[in-house]
Order: sequence, then C-alpha cells, then structure tokens
Amino acid sequence: MTDLQITGLAKGYGPGAAVLDGLDLTVPGGSLAAVLGPSGCGKTTLLRVVAGFLRADAGTVALGGHTLGGPGVHLPPERRRIGIVPQEGALFPHLSVARNVAFGLTGLHRSARGRRVGEMLGLVGLDGYGRRMPHELSGGQQQRVALARALAPEPDLVLLDEPFNALDSALRAGVRADVRAALRATGATAVLVTHDQQEALSTADLVAVVRDGRVAQCAAPQELYQRPADPWVAAFVGDAVLVGGAAEGGTVNTPLGRVPLAGGPGAPGGLREGRVLLRPEQLRLTDPAAAHVRGTVTDVHFYGHDAMVTVAVDGVEDPVGIRVPGPVPVRPGGRTGIRVTGEATLHPAAC
Amino acid sequence: MTTPDSPVRKRAPRPGAAPLPAGRRRAAIRPPRPLLLTACLAGALAVLPLGYLAVRALERGPAFAWDVIADERTGSLLLRSLGLAAVVVAACLVLGVSLAWLTVRTALPGVRVWSVLVTLPLAVPSYVAAFTWLSAAPWLVGFTGAALAMTLVSFPYVYLPVAAALRGIDPAQEEVSRSLGHGAVRTFARVVLPQLRPAAAGGGLLVALYVLSDFGAVSLMRYDTFTRGIYTSYRASFDRTPAAALSAVLVVMTVALVAAEARTRGRAGHSRAGRGTARPAAPLALGRLRLPALAWCGTVVTAAVGFPLGVLGYWLAVGSSATWEPALLSDTALTTLGVAAAGAALTTALALPVGVIAARHRGRTAHLLEQAAYAGHALPGITVALALVFFAVRYARPLYQEPPLLVCAYAVLFLPVAVAATRAAVLQAPPVLEDVARSLGRSPLRVLREVTVPLAAPGVAAGAVLTFVVCMKELPATLLLRPTGMDTLATRLWTETGAGSFAAAAPYAAALILLAAVPSYLLGRHRT
Repeated sequence: MTDLQITGLAKGYGPGAAVLDGLDLTVPGGSLAAVLGPSGCGKTTLLRVVAGFLRADAGTVALGGHTLGGPGVHLPPERRRIGIVPQEGALFPHLSVARNVAFGLTGLHRSARGRRVGEMLGLVGLDGYGRRMPHELSGGQQQRVALARALAPEPDLVLLDEPFNALDSALRAGVRADVRAALRATGATAVLVTHDQQEALSTADLVAVVRDGRVAQCAAPQELYQRPADPWVAAFVGDAVLVGGAAEGGTVNTPLGRVPLAGGPGAPGGLREGRVLLRPEQLRLTDPAAAHVRGTVTDVHFYGHDAMVTVAVDGVEDPVGIRVPGPVPVRPGGRTGIRVTGEATLHPAAC
Repeated sequence: MTTPDSPVRKRAPRPGAAPLPAGRRRAAIRPPRPLLLTACLAGALAVLPLGYLAVRALERGPAFAWDVIADERTGSLLLRSLGLAAVVVAACLVLGVSLAWLTVRTALPGVRVWSVLVTLPLAVPSYVAAFTWLSAAPWLVGFTGAALAMTLVSFPYVYLPVAAALRGIDPAQEEVSRSLGHGAVRTFARVVLPQLRPAAAGGGLLVALYVLSDFGAVSLMRYDTFTRGIYTSYRASFDRTPAAALSAVLVVMTVALVAAEARTRGRAGHSRAGRGTARPAAPLALGRLRLPALAWCGTVVTAAVGFPLGVLGYWLAVGSSATWEPALLSDTALTTLGVAAAGAALTTALALPVGVIAARHRGRTAHLLEQAAYAGHALPGITVALALVFFAVRYARPLYQEPPLLVCAYAVLFLPVAVAATRAAVLQAPPVLEDVARSLGRSPLRVLREVTVPLAAPGVAAGAVLTFVVCMKELPATLLLRPTGMDTLATRLWTETGAGSFAAAAPYAAALILLAAVPSYLLGRHRT
C-alpha cells in the first residue's frame, strides 16, 4: 500500500500571496481522500504540486516512503506514477477510446496492452467502446474513459480534479458511484479535489477541509460532520446552529436546553463557556403547550424530501434552523416548542 | 487578475493578440532544450537582417550614413513615399468605412455577396493590379496610377476591422441617440463613428505599412519611392552603403508604423471588452439611396476585381502564339512552386518551436523569441533581401544568388505569418492534455510529438499553406536574390510589364492568380 504523505507544503505566487501555507496531509494507502475547500483555498495548486506540474517553495511530497518533491528533489510528472483525471476528462481528441486508455501502457506488448485496455474499459462499464472517438461519447462516458486511462498503468496514486463538475446532477451520482467502485476494485490510493461538500462526504473515506492553504481538519466524513474542529468547518460541511452555552460535567447548558457534549477532538478540555454547535436535524418541533423551550416560526422552506423551518426562539438572539422530515406541521407566524436530540460540540466564543 | 486557485490560468490580453481561446501559459516549466535551441535559431535568423543592416549602414562611419540620409534626394523620396501613403490611406478609409457600413448596417440588396466580393482584392498582388491598369490606361503612369492600384488592393485592410467593429456595437446605443432627438446622420457621426476610430486607425496603419513596403506597383508605375530608390541605388553602383542607409531609414519608418498599429490594436481590444451580447441591428432601409449605394459597391468591386480579371482575359485572348511560350510558362510555374514550397517548409519548421514556446511558456526568453520572430512583419521585402545579399557576399559567398538564400529570405519575411498560425493552433489544444500525457509517463518532447503537434496540425498546416501563397507572390526579395537566369511567375510578370509587353505578361499573371487561388480556396474551406 502506498501512503501519500505531504508535509509543510508551501507555494506562493509573488510576495505576500501564499496559496499553500504549510499544508500537511496524510492519505493512507488504498483509501479515497477528498480535499474540500472553497474556491481559492489552494486545492488546485496542491494537486498540481503533488502531480509535479508545479514546484513547491517548501515542504515535501512523499509517496510510499519515496520523496517525489522536496528540498533539492523534483521528480518530473512522467516519473511519479501518479495518474490524473482532470475536469471534463480531457481525452485526447485525436485518439480513439482504446488508444486513449493505452496511452500510458508503453512498456507492455501489443497483446498485453489490448488485454489491459479491455480490462480497464470493463472496469468502468464501457465494454466495446474502444473504437469510438471521444466526441462520440457522453460527458459521463468521457469521464469514465479518463479514469480508465489514469488507472491503466497501475499508478500509485490517482488525482481527480473536480471530475464530476461538468456532469449534470442526474448523471453525477451514477458516475460518482462507478468511479468509487472502480477505485476500490483496483485498490489505488486516490485524492479527489472538490468544492462540493455533499460529494466529499458521500464519496470519500477521508475528508480534508482546506482553508487558506492549510488543512483545517482531516477526518472521516461522519466524524467531520458530527465533530467539526471549529464553527467555520462546521458551517462549510453543512448547516449549523450556533447558540451560547456553558459546560457542566459531560453536558452543556444552552437556551435550547441541556445537551450532552461529544468527546474527541471537537471537545477542547477546560473550556467552560463558549458557542455550542448543533445540526438542524438534531432539533425537533414539539407541541408548544408541553415544551420548555418555545419560539415563533418565521419561515418555512420546503425541499420535498425535507423542509427547513426557521424559528425565532424566545431568549435567543439569532433565529435557528430546524430540519423537518416529511410533512411540515407548522406555518410562519405559528408558535412551536423545541427539543434537542444527540450530542453537541463546544467551541471558544472568539473563534 | 489571478485568483490564488488558478494562478496561471488567465493571461493579460497582449496587444494585437487574437481573442484567446481556453489556454494558459506555464510559469513553472522551462521549454525542453532542443525546442528552445531551434526556436533560438529561428529568432536569430529573423533578426539577422536587421542587425546586419545596421552594421552595414554604419560601416563607413555615422557621418557617411548621415550624408546619405540628409541628402536632398532622400528627403524627396521620403516625401513621395509619405505622400503616396497618405493619399492611399485616406482613399482606403473612405472606401473601407462606407462599404463596411453599407454591408453591415443597411438593407443593401445582395448584401452577403457584396461582403464577400469586397474582400477579394486581398488576393490580388499589387503589381498585378498595376499591370492591368497600366496595360489598359498607360497614361496613368506615375502618382495617380500608383495611388489607384495601391488603394484598390489594400482597402480591405480597413474594411475588415471596421465591419467587425460595426457588428460589435450595441444597436441600443443608436436607438438611445435617436430617442434623444438626433437624426440618423448625427447619430452615425456622434455615436457610431467615434467607436469605429480604433478599428479604422488600425486598418489605416496597416495600409500605410503596405504602401511603404510595396515595391511592385510603384516600380511598374515608375513612381519613385523609398523602395524603388533602394533598388535603383543597389543596381546602379557597386557601393552598396547608400542602399543600406536608405534601407535603415525605411526600416525605422515601418517599425514606427508597426508599433503604432500594435498600440491602436491594443486599445481597440479594450474598448470592445465588456460589451454584452448585442443583438444584431435591424438593417436600415436605404430608400431612394438604394440605387446610388448599389452603384458605389458595384463600381468599387468592378475596379478592384472585375477590371483586373477582364483586362487579363483580354490580353490572354489577343495574345498571339508568338507571345505564348507554354514551355517557359510551365517551367516558370514549376520553379515558382518549388521555391515557394521550400520557403513554406523552412518557415513552418522554424515557426513550430517559436509558436509552441509563445503559446505555452512565458518569461523573458519566450517573449524575446516571439518578438524576434515578428521582426519580419516590420521589414520590407527589399530590405531583407539587401541585408541577406550583404551578409552572403561578406560571409557566405557560395550562397550568394543561390536558391537557399532566397528561401531564407522567405523565412525571415513570412515567419510572422507561420508563427501566428502555430501559436493560435497550439493555444486551441487544451494544456491539460499535455499534463495528462506527462502523468502517463511521457517526456516533454514526446508529449510535443504525440499530443501537441497532432492536435495543432490542422492549424499549422493552414499556416503553411498561407505561407506558401505569400512566398509565391513575393516580388522584391525574389528579384534581388534569385539565381541568375531563374525566374518566378512574379519576376517574369514584372519584367514583361516593365518592358511594355502586356500580352506576354498576361499568362504569368493568370498562372499566378490560378495557382494562388487553389490553396486560398482550400484555406477558406478549412476555416469554415
């Protein structure tokens, strides 16, 4: 298995414009990691440095224990054994699908190459498409061929640069699942760059949230969602409800009631007061007559599979969002009670 | 202008650059060494004439060069050249702007046909136009004839950019002006015309450049300008320093014009930026002006295209068998095709590394190389030829008046054509494909061979065809550098017309137009 180990990576364009600012990231061999961040956070630069198209100012990139780039070392892209799947696939328009896939198979005999191409096309569900030209394929098919092309030479690492961006949403889920299955089948280590939190959470084994050229948090999707390192990460990976609160033993007192505190990295030891972070689906609407916490419904957004209800809670400054599955029992202007389920995390007030 | 996420994706628009397709320059990766070396060779060849001209002009000391430059005759040549340029530019502006307005904005009957017809004069070499006018109306000889012939072949240089600018103006502006109480004429003068100025100025400067470097038409019309002065001075004496000094003056003038033209193009690009998606303007009904408008278009097209073809047909028809020498004609045609093919091959080969570097890399070296390759754009053919003559006589005697030297002159003169085509073609190929190829284990040179060049091939081939056509039509450098006894269609046409044997000249003109038309037609089909 080939771990990807990135340490202290820095890259800037001109003075005072650091794009990567001491970025550390470790991806265990065989896993699929998503690098998630807003546009401008340095994800694309990170990818180009790892692939060898850019030289970092400082820091090292190592794959399976071998240093690819670092002080005084810069392996050119063609010697890194890193496959890339760019946005929109970028198939060679002058070559057939089969010759695209065979492009990286230089060391093999003709027959072995043909076999490998067939194998890879089968893996991505495109048996028999070898003779087609790229323009005869749909966007999703092009993306799959691009993956097959990257995987064919059995690279140590595959980099996927927002590969599903160009696909329409109906197609995206299917292609995403196929890509994940193909990566699993080959056991390749992969890094997926994206700005789509749903994509990152649903596809990856590990999600690294990048902010201002550094990894703000790197964790498994569930861990990241339930125990975000800070409110910014929390808000970036999903909707967040923030209220003031004070810790007391293993629980925290909030205007929405007493909530158990989650352990782990999201619970800074010794912190007594701060902001309490909850997810909208942790809040439930209850009968106002029997509730301790009450508020007035200010807005209802209905999405079909669920709805977001905004409630101005008595004694809380900002309105809170509550995700309600199925039919919505309240209307704007009505009174409702609120109950909290699950665990919360506590963060410093100043953050 | 760069976001941290995509630091190298965008690039400031370069003055004179075509609208950029999706492509980006690489900051980090140096061009592979063999590519850089060939590109440097091309760049050196391109600036060699310029450098040698300076050396040669100053060889006998600045005082001698100054004597030649300050000579009364030089001053009069300068005035004659500039005067001709001024008149031709003015006439071209009138023709170009009026035809552009008629074909873009009015309900002129047959507007599509007209807009194609008025660009055709671009295909007529100036000396062919001069030949047809001279043979039909010998009294035109001199300034009038030169101005007429030059105007009729060069007004499309104004027409094309002005028509493009007119199409780009949002018609809503004119509607606003009309709603504010201005009539159609005032609206055109106050709203439309000012916006056409950059395009018209750019086109006008191109025309001026064309007139200053033209040799064929002015020499046939026996109107003395700088180029003709240089030629006479070179032929007249063994002392070639005066010719070199005159060439240097001409180069300075053309370089100034090219710089000015690049500046207006840069500004025109800015003024167009930020326009929304303008809907097409409703064509203006011409009413009673319909017939005069048609007559105007008809007259221009007849004079610029119909007349030369008619005269050519006439001379071909009356030419007796005595004036027809089919063997000589086919020999000359073959020679022409041969040297033009060699010129196009060398030019394309030299342009390829420069074009790739210009499209894919940045930094001082890349920039310098590109600028060097564009030197030929500012150099009149006659000065390039002279510089190569001087150089060969001094340092490469065996090459003097041998075909390789002529082919080199073509390469210097037309490198800009081929480099521009190559650069545009490489920019069309997404750089991400090269990244993918690198990540699949290809070295930079193999990526060039297996990905970049195949993808850019159609554009590069189109550039080669274009270079082939311009090589075939080249006159002054061919006159000076051709081996003794070798003729191309252009030089035969020039000699016969100069001797007044119009019927003998006609077959060469016809062959030239036919041979140039085939590749031009193929190019047109390739582009659509």
